[in-house]
Amino acid sequence: MSRIGVFICHCGSNIGATVDVPKVVEAARTLPHVVYADDNKYTCSDPGQQSIRDAIEEHDLDRIVIASCSPRMHELTFRKMLHQTRINPYLLEIANIREQCSWVHKDIEAGTAKAIDLVRMAAAKIDRDTPLYTTTIPVNKRALVIGGGIAGMQAALDIADAGYPVTLVEKEPSLGGKMVMLDKTFPTMDCSACICTPKMAEVGTHPRIEVRTCAEVEKVAGYVGNFEVTIREAPKHVDYELCTGCGLCESKCPTKITSEFDQGLGKRKAIYKPFAQAVPSKPTIDAAHCRKINEGKCGVCEKLCPTGAIRFDDEEKRSTETYGAIIVAIGYQLIDWADLYGEYGGRVASPNVITGLQFERLVNASGPTEGHIQRPSDGTEPKSVVIVKCVGSRDPHKGKAYCSRACCMYGAKHAHQYLDKVPDGRCYVFYMDVRTPGKGYDEFYMNTQRDGAVYLRGRVSKIYEQGGKLVCLGEDTLAGATVQVEADLVVLETAMVPADDADRLGSMLGVTRDKDLWLSEAHPKLRPVETNSGGVYLAGTCQGPKDIPDTVAQASAAAMKVCILFSKDELESNAMIAGSDVGLCNGCGACVAICPYQAVTLEEVTRRENSVMVTRTVSNVNPGLCQGCGACTVACKPGAMDLKGFSDEQIMREVEALCL
Amino acid sequence: MRYAYFPGCSAASTGISFTLSASYVAKRIGLELVEMPDWCCCGTSAALVTSRDLAHALPARSLALAEQAGLDLDVVTPCAGCFSSLKRTVHYARQSDKNRHRLEEIIELPYAATADVMSLLEVMARPEAMEPLAAAITKSLNGLRVASYYGCALVRPQEVTCFDDPEDPQSMDSLMELAGAEPVRWAFKTECCGASHQISEPHGARRLIARVFENAAANGAEAIAVACPLCMLNLDMREAGINESRAVPFDIPVFYFTELLGLAMGGSARRLGIDRHFWPTGKAVRKALAPPPEPSPDNHSTSELPQEVTVA
Amino acid sequence: MSFYNLSSTSSGDLAAIAQITRDAGVNLDDCYQCGKCSAGCPLSDEMDLYPRKVIRMLQLGQVSAVLKSRAPWVCATCMTCTARCPQQIDIDSLMLSVRHAAKRAGLRPVREADIFDDLFMAGVRRYGKSNEALLAARFNLSSGHLFQDVLNAPKMAKRGMIGPSLHKVKDRAAMRRLFGRALRTTEGEKGDGI
Repeated sequence: MSRIGVFICHCGSNIGATVDVPKVVEAARTLPHVVYADDNKYTCSDPGQQSIRDAIEEHDLDRIVIASCSPRMHELTFRKMLHQTRINPYLLEIANIREQCSWVHKDIEAGTAKAIDLVRMAAAKIDRDTPLYTTTIPVNKRALVIGGGIAGMQAALDIADAGYPVTLVEKEPSLGGKMVMLDKTFPTMDCSACICTPKMAEVGTHPRIEVRTCAEVEKVAGYVGNFEVTIREAPKHVDYELCTGCGLCESKCPTKITSEFDQGLGKRKAIYKPFAQAVPSKPTIDAAHCRKINEGKCGVCEKLCPTGAIRFDDEEKRSTETYGAIIVAIGYQLIDWADLYGEYGGRVASPNVITGLQFERLVNASGPTEGHIQRPSDGTEPKSVVIVKCVGSRDPHKGKAYCSRACCMYGAKHAHQYLDKVPDGRCYVFYMDVRTPGKGYDEFYMNTQRDGAVYLRGRVSKIYEQGGKLVCLGEDTLAGATVQVEADLVVLETAMVPADDADRLGSMLGVTRDKDLWLSEAHPKLRPVETNSGGVYLAGTCQGPKDIPDTVAQASAAAMKVCILFSKDELESNAMIAGSDVGLCNGCGACVAICPYQAVTLEEVTRRENSVMVTRTVSNVNPGLCQGCGACTVACKPGAMDLKGFSDEQIMREVEALCL
Repeated sequence: MRYAYFPGCSAASTGISFTLSASYVAKRIGLELVEMPDWCCCGTSAALVTSRDLAHALPARSLALAEQAGLDLDVVTPCAGCFSSLKRTVHYARQSDKNRHRLEEIIELPYAATADVMSLLEVMARPEAMEPLAAAITKSLNGLRVASYYGCALVRPQEVTCFDDPEDPQSMDSLMELAGAEPVRWAFKTECCGASHQISEPHGARRLIARVFENAAANGAEAIAVACPLCMLNLDMREAGINESRAVPFDIPVFYFTELLGLAMGGSARRLGIDRHFWPTGKAVRKALAPPPEPSPDNHSTSELPQEVTVA
Repeated sequence: MSFYNLSSTSSGDLAAIAQITRDAGVNLDDCYQCGKCSAGCPLSDEMDLYPRKVIRMLQLGQVSAVLKSRAPWVCATCMTCTARCPQQIDIDSLMLSVRHAAKRAGLRPVREADIFDDLFMAGVRRYGKSNEALLAARFNLSSGHLFQDVLNAPKMAKRGMIGPSLHKVKDRAAMRRLFGRALRTTEGEKGDGI
């Protein structure tokens, strides 16, 4: 016979205003096995918790129901409280009468009735609860950081500085990501390279950071503290042990290719460093364009290399290593505007319609024009520039519904930079709203207006070429007039979208993606860098659009979470995990297929059945990997799989309590 | 290739050249068009501004009569306006049985909305038509720079028309290329020419014509190709009027795309109805039909010519 | 400039707006006033209220100003606005519904447009087909623009574009019945989409 205590919380007026709490207490007292029920103004407060502990002693309770807010909010709080009593912390049920009741209802009578239903269900369920126990798993104190942009570099440095080894995987030939492509950073206008390249160098030379470029994560197995990660490194065709980075090969390579780093505005060679300050400061061969590799001709680099470092026959490498934690920092990419906006010229747009990132390269002193702002079509200096914000952002029809957050400042910066370099030029900024919530941000925007930028509130409807100009049609909704600007250059501040890899990597790591494929944090406010996968953290724009200060802050936060994890030698595993009843399991493998965390495997067991030794294939749950989502219990046809704390019997008890 | 044919009210009047050239091309490529029985006016935008029910019912009547006559064929119409009205009706009728029954009640006929509706342009740009077209084209149009003008009704709204890109459609351009013309990249392919407003709102609507010519000229077009009798009449008949107030007049003849295809198949200007145009077509036709120039690398491409820029 | 006492918006005004948006299948709250519709509208210069402002005025409850506006009558239903609207508002449909509502209220801010479309439909009702030359002539008579486009008439005749006989359907009685029923059900909501 269980002895249940029920504690109903008013949560101030949060619950109390819509639910008649004393009435719920009264109803609770009549429920089977309930020997005590009471209410409390704030159950989570110190006196609130004390009153529960007292009641447990006084009434010899062996399990408790707390009717309060969502278990996401305070289940852990109350479990910790039970640690100080003789009750197992898992003999606790939360009836959520706030988020799922008082907050969503207005009618007191109906709200009270629903709260009573919820309490009755919880009391029925807890009668079948059993004590649960956690186990411990070892922590491998090495971190993997995926992505070598500013977020990944910051996180890697913080973890390494705290004393733990880090592997940083970057798919491009150099560290730096998008930030190193930028010319200046708002609002202080410090040179992006000047603050980014020292970090790159620091990462490259840090004794506890191993950098792998041209590399991608191919496979992830294991669980928090014990990830088995396979990393694939594309062939660089240059032996970095021998290469001194002298650059002779690059200067003599005859093949010129459009530079990705310069966003298509400049050229690079087939053996190349993406930019001068690249880290590692050694070249790679672009196999797709190398004449020696494709046609067997040329080989100039090999002939000239003073150290004999060229390896045309270099091959892909794979390695599998163990890490205790993973930080995902794969960044963003820009939306493919040309595919979406035929009205701006689409695929056949003028070369003088460029993106903000292309403008960065155009205005950068080490960019293709050495910092002279020139039209890509003819190299002339544009005397009239139109900047269009929200291209692909806040456009659920053709682009994305969300705001990309950084473009208002990015656009203001471009206007400022243009007017700084071309003082007699005219600059028009089409905007929807100006969003500048950041230190010094709005001041920067106002200064851009003082620089002479003309802000026009409205979206551009069409951009077309006529008479050598780009005619931009818009409405200035403040003047209530349609306007036309004949521009020499148009800069589209395009939306940030998740990197190509986000979906693949997310599913590999068990990190959920939101509707736009951004990787999802565990809680939007209280767990902003954690994910639903233990030991996997997010940093930077892979989680959602943000600017550099926010990215760096989040990267340090993620690093801190890794350090907290590494501060322990062992971890407590989740107690509420799935388990398979070997007697019932028929080895169909439906659980293996449905498990999002690769926690279930099939294995052979030999056991005595009807006095015969029988070998059968049955499922086995890895307690370190299982996150307790319960998908396998639903997929299991013979009913062998059950979730501890949410067993089929417990759920049926709840249903019966509600329906019978 | 066999289709039910909805000619539209202009087929025998203002759009006579479209009818002549389309039937010439259709015959040459084995495209059989069976005229729908006792079809009525599609109602065009005038019906829409009068009543949505009327705008759906008029095309529904014609489509239902075809069904009743056992004409189990998809419908093709040369006119973009008719296409828009018919397609809109099919879309509406297929959206729910409630909608369809509402129409049946108004037209007093059963209407199952089984037939799809396509424009003549769409049909001709399909692979099964492109193949015989390629075979029938015997003359190259000599790289005549043709700006393909699609107008509004063929491409908008895309959910209804299910046709080409609403901002930069390509189907007519590929037909022109097939005929040996050089498709002009320009920005006003789907901007409205204001045809429906030329009578009731002439002041504003005239400017719409000028915009289309202006951008075609700025991009070096020597001719404009259209797929709609309303666009045709509007552009061709009013070019002279537009020129009256211009220092540098336009000189861009407008053709039905079927006329240009017909020329490339060896059809005579008279047979195709080109002699009925308002704006003189001689220069463009002469260029299109001139014997091919001596192959020499220098005059190989006309696209390098400086663009003619006209300023209003 | 204009002054609107927003507190004086009547429940009748709100009901009229609700009917317009229901007919049009449009939710006014979707509009964030970016002006892309006005900017791309080829006829916005001829409008007293831009498409954006038509929506704004309805958002503010100013239905009478909208019903008196020329904009829905000048609209050529080219659908550029709808095709480009980032919020996928069927502006084209809204313009139609406003025009229908204005006509129900006995308003016709652009007399010529109303005459033209009525004459067009009268011709179709009578003959089942449109006869362009007849329509143009009737329009000139009714609107008082007697000589508009008259110079084109002989040119069209010469080109075989206008002939002496009228195009007609066989079953002219059916056309009249169709019109009767279609217009009896009057408004014709957009229903499940147009």
